[in-house]
Amino acid sequence: MTTLSTLRAQFIAGDYTPTQAVQASLDTIKKADGEIHAFLDVYQDALEEAKQATAQYKAEGAKAPKLLGMPIAVKNNVLVKGRKATGASKILENYTAVYDATIVTRLKAAGAIIVGATNMDEFAMGGSTENSAFGVTKNPHDLTRVPGGSSGGSAAAVAMNAVPAAIGTDTGGSVRQPASFCGLVGFKPTYGAVSRYGLMAMGSSLDQAGPLTNSVADAELLHEVMAGLDEMDATTVDSDTYPDVPSKETYTFGVPRDFLKTGVDADVLEAFAAHIESLKAAGHTVVDIELPLFEKGLAAYYIVMPAEVSSNLARYDGIRYGHAAKGDTLLDVYEKSRAEGFGPEVKRRILLGTHVLSAGYYDAYYGKAQLVRTQMRAELAETFKQVDAILTPTAPTPAFKIGEQEDPLAMYSQDIFTVPVNLTGVPAISFPMGTVKRDDKMLPVGVQYIAPHGGDARLFNLGKKIYDERP
Amino acid sequence: MVLFVTMNRDDITHLASLARIRLEDSELEQFATELPAIVDYVSAVNSIADEGDTKPSPGVRPNIFRADTITNQPNQFTKDIIEEMPHSEGRFLSVKKILNIAD
Repeated sequence: MTTLSTLRAQFIAGDYTPTQAVQASLDTIKKADGEIHAFLDVYQDALEEAKQATAQYKAEGAKAPKLLGMPIAVKNNVLVKGRKATGASKILENYTAVYDATIVTRLKAAGAIIVGATNMDEFAMGGSTENSAFGVTKNPHDLTRVPGGSSGGSAAAVAMNAVPAAIGTDTGGSVRQPASFCGLVGFKPTYGAVSRYGLMAMGSSLDQAGPLTNSVADAELLHEVMAGLDEMDATTVDSDTYPDVPSKETYTFGVPRDFLKTGVDADVLEAFAAHIESLKAAGHTVVDIELPLFEKGLAAYYIVMPAEVSSNLARYDGIRYGHAAKGDTLLDVYEKSRAEGFGPEVKRRILLGTHVLSAGYYDAYYGKAQLVRTQMRAELAETFKQVDAILTPTAPTPAFKIGEQEDPLAMYSQDIFTVPVNLTGVPAISFPMGTVKRDDKMLPVGVQYIAPHGGDARLFNLGKKIYDERP
Repeated sequence: MVLFVTMNRDDITHLASLARIRLEDSELEQFATELPAIVDYVSAVNSIADEGDTKPSPGVRPNIFRADTITNQPNQFTKDIIEEMPHSEGRFLSVKKILNIAD
């Protein structure tokens, strides 16, 4: 397990070089990825960049850009110019990105070396990576289990030690849940903190890119490189958009007790209770809170998200780029290209979104769901008058077996604790809170901390205290 | 409020045609079973959003515009974009004809 800060110190001292680090990444991928399948594409030419970075450290030492020479992996729904950008979908199987996403531009400018593109659920729709058109990713902690999703490839890439950090995207928990399943730190920024330019749009009012790392400090480092106003994304916010959310010595955390009563595995609750005890022992205060609307968030999410999916994915029509089927008429080309190009979960969500947006149903579904979001924001604002952050398990279960969850509705319930965060736009972080035993294997489980809008720095502060500096 | 939560194959066929996706028989069968359960589940929003005069809030920032200036070089992306087109002629994207005018 490597952290970026360890690598940085080694690179500056010269006892380990970017060339060695990138070579080690490529070697690990070659050795282990046949089994795990975290990567959809591996960039062998990253080694050339690494050699330049090694030379630059010799010349500049500690003055070198802060991510110089760091091997990272990027989820394949993030555009990297000149590289395949598939979204793990057959419809973009041969698509090459023509520009860099803003976050990629910023990571490259900070010196990061992208060694490969990671597997995911098709267009980020799913919680297991089983919906990839190019095969499932396996959880490095137990190869019979899923790594979570949709950023499962990014999580597995870090958990298998191929890279010290990877970038994912989070629309309803897609960074935090795989972080929980793979024993990592996963961060979902305040909506608008990070530019969405160059990310394949899924739910535009929900999507944010975030890091998967081995420490909270590393997540903070990557987030700070990626975050900030971007002319190419009008929803990006700056530091004075929201009131200041200060860091503190000790915190008051709120636990929505009623929310945990059903559907959460007993040993996940046990790990959660032990985590709360450790917080109290460290001088923090933990109180019970009520968030009645949060419990209903999942219903609102599975209206808003498919609605946005159905309109965002209308662009994949076989005309300008991507898979094009042969057809006699234009309509024929559209319908066949989309039939051949999309997998079952994507079709399911497009149909659901089309239904909730159709005439006569719009007000009852989409309109109502938007009202729920407003009410949830108000409920949160009240709650954050009493507590500094909200605490939940990240997911109700540890990693489940590949092929175990067949019912879509049961799969959606995985997102119960994570989707309210995206619906309201607040930031949240997940880091490991312990392990639970399944089939004689110890599986990691994560805890989620939710802060008010603009409270990203508070989450890093408490995360470093509670996780990075753990005894 | 009880909503439409039964969906038959014709309903699914209609949705698929709106969504421009041609479905196989087996898919119609599958979605006709799965979608009503999901729609039923999400209808819960109707029991929680009826109170008060809450208005949807689109976002925290007002609509913003960048300066109306040219930011790309001429033809900066043209070649790369044309290369991604399934069918092109020279600098043009070729598509099926969309009008069938009878004599």
